[in-house]
Amino acid sequence: MENGQLKVWREQEKVPDLLAVPEYIPGGYTASTVSEKISGLVLKRPTGVGWLGGFGLSCLLLAIFGMAVLWLLVFGVGIWGIQIPNCWGFDITNFVWWIGIGHAGTLISAFLLLMHQRWRTSINRIAEAMTIFAVMCAGLFPLLHLGRPWFFYWLLPYPNTMALWPQFRSPLVFDVFAVGTYFTVSLLFWYMGMIPDLATLRDRATSRLPRIAFAALALGWRNSARHWHRYEQAYLLLAGLGTPLVISVHSVVSSDFASSIEPAWHETVFPPYFVAGAIFSGFAMVILLCIPIRHFYRLQEFITIDHLDVMGKLLLATSFLTSYGYLSEQFVSWYGGETAERYVYWWRLFGFEQYASITWFLFFCNTIVPQLLWSRRMRRRVSVLAVVSLLVLVGMWFERYMIITTTLSRDYLPSSWGFFKPTIWDILTFVGSLGIFFTAFLLFARVLPVMSMAETRALLPGAHGPEVGR
Amino acid sequence: MSPSAQIYGLMVEFDSPEELLRATAATRRAGYLRMDAYSPYPVDGLSVELGIRGSRLPFVVLIGGILGAATAFFMQIYSMAIDYPLNVGGRPLISWPVFVPITFELLILVAALAAFFGMMYLNGLPCPHHPVFNVDRFCRASQDRFFLCIEATDSKFDRLITAEFLSALTPTGEVMEVPLRSLMGDHA
Repeated sequence: MENGQLKVWREQEKVPDLLAVPEYIPGGYTASTVSEKISGLVLKRPTGVGWLGGFGLSCLLLAIFGMAVLWLLVFGVGIWGIQIPNCWGFDITNFVWWIGIGHAGTLISAFLLLMHQRWRTSINRIAEAMTIFAVMCAGLFPLLHLGRPWFFYWLLPYPNTMALWPQFRSPLVFDVFAVGTYFTVSLLFWYMGMIPDLATLRDRATSRLPRIAFAALALGWRNSARHWHRYEQAYLLLAGLGTPLVISVHSVVSSDFASSIEPAWHETVFPPYFVAGAIFSGFAMVILLCIPIRHFYRLQEFITIDHLDVMGKLLLATSFLTSYGYLSEQFVSWYGGETAERYVYWWRLFGFEQYASITWFLFFCNTIVPQLLWSRRMRRRVSVLAVVSLLVLVGMWFERYMIITTTLSRDYLPSSWGFFKPTIWDILTFVGSLGIFFTAFLLFARVLPVMSMAETRALLPGAHGPEVGR
Repeated sequence: MSPSAQIYGLMVEFDSPEELLRATAATRRAGYLRMDAYSPYPVDGLSVELGIRGSRLPFVVLIGGILGAATAFFMQIYSMAIDYPLNVGGRPLISWPVFVPITFELLILVAALAAFFGMMYLNGLPCPHHPVFNVDRFCRASQDRFFLCIEATDSKFDRLITAEFLSALTPTGEVMEVPLRSLMGDHA
């Protein structure tokens, strides 16, 4: 009674309840209603105009991507703006950006599972799906950049008539293994987490086609306690393996740069700096995907404002880690005293005729804008979070663009200086890759459960759920 | 043939995880060994009540990780130092520090594959047909209900006595027989 009055007073006076326990578990729901609600999104909800519109737009972007790739295959990488000395342009920027986005998924699933953060349950499926689709987009860019993408399998060690091996000492070959492993492990993690939910969908489906499809995907899962026992062990082991994997993948990506001898690339701060940036952009994308999903699917009770709040805090924290990378880079280049490196940094910051405006724009997006999230009120406003996340994503894209283009256009000798200017095909390939991502994501949101029903049931009051994941 | 040979077992349904835990413990105390419990999420302590001891899965994953790492490391040594040695600025051919990233990635890859496929293999999955699916109510096991099934292969199993024992556990609804074959034929 008293609590109720206190709540009313707070709402009237707009006093934030700072001591309130965050609500991560849907109140008033039971195992039956959770199953009904989430499986209903797949089985009962009619395909709406909004979804069809979004899907149509994504397919259009996908078609643009197909056209751009066809043009590339016919005429070669010369249709892009890349030219000596700028041999990397949009392609590698897009690769690093997409794979960075992919990092939040496994981090949320694996790391937060090991840390017993129960709030991950509402968003881990979305984040994992995002990871898989982002890594798919990422993987395409280095392959397209190969020049003759149809020989991509030369990157793999296999007995061949040329009697050649890949150069295992090259970080570009590390990438093949890192990205391949990351994709496979993320897919296993996502699929394994979904098996019990696929069984629920199989048991609730009323029409023939969904029942057969979900039965096939559920692999005959029958919720046996003996199966759960090994399932939980396997899930925990996958989480334990996935956590160092996340760190390693972007470290490997950063060594593409750091192991070169180019000015402002050859730095030891690169691996942690890249990992922090990756997680930063990934969290921004998770927020940006959660906001429309909770709105259109009416999941406000599952993905609560407290979830958005805590993700906002993580976005702020990772913004600091990334900004520390910026500061450390500047400091070390000055303190190191290496002429070419000092020059590249100075030119990044003050060469306004070329790239400096991009540099300051990305500082604004990645360091200044997230400071808004110090305020609890801002973190709990969906529109603010959405705009901040979008700016972070844009800023992180420009960060990779800045790192790649500035260094390559200012090599040690002024005779090999250049300038990167994108062509329309660069832009269309990038925009088109958004089509791959959103087409896949919208299909996922339509035909698969967007939240883990089994894990949510285990969190409900009185559920006797396992300790792991709480 | 005794009548019990024709069924897979006897099944009862419960509303809550506490009841399932209590019933499982009682069944174990009564001396039944071949049984299984079914729940829509992993219930804490249920595996203890069922008498499940540790599993071989962590060992399988360990072996997977060792195999993956060893394969990657020796593949790199073989290719870079034995099959196609290349002198790069006089550096040693077995330059092991640069072999670490791929070794690590393959360790994780093979260990993760071992975790997933090991779990599937040890659980006997995929298993699209199973007698428990022949019980109509069983579709609730993946949603909101808890089931306990004593299997007919248990040495203590007797259709009538076991049914009586199960109904004494105050389940929701009747004791259900789990037919070995689907009566409706629509689960095929």
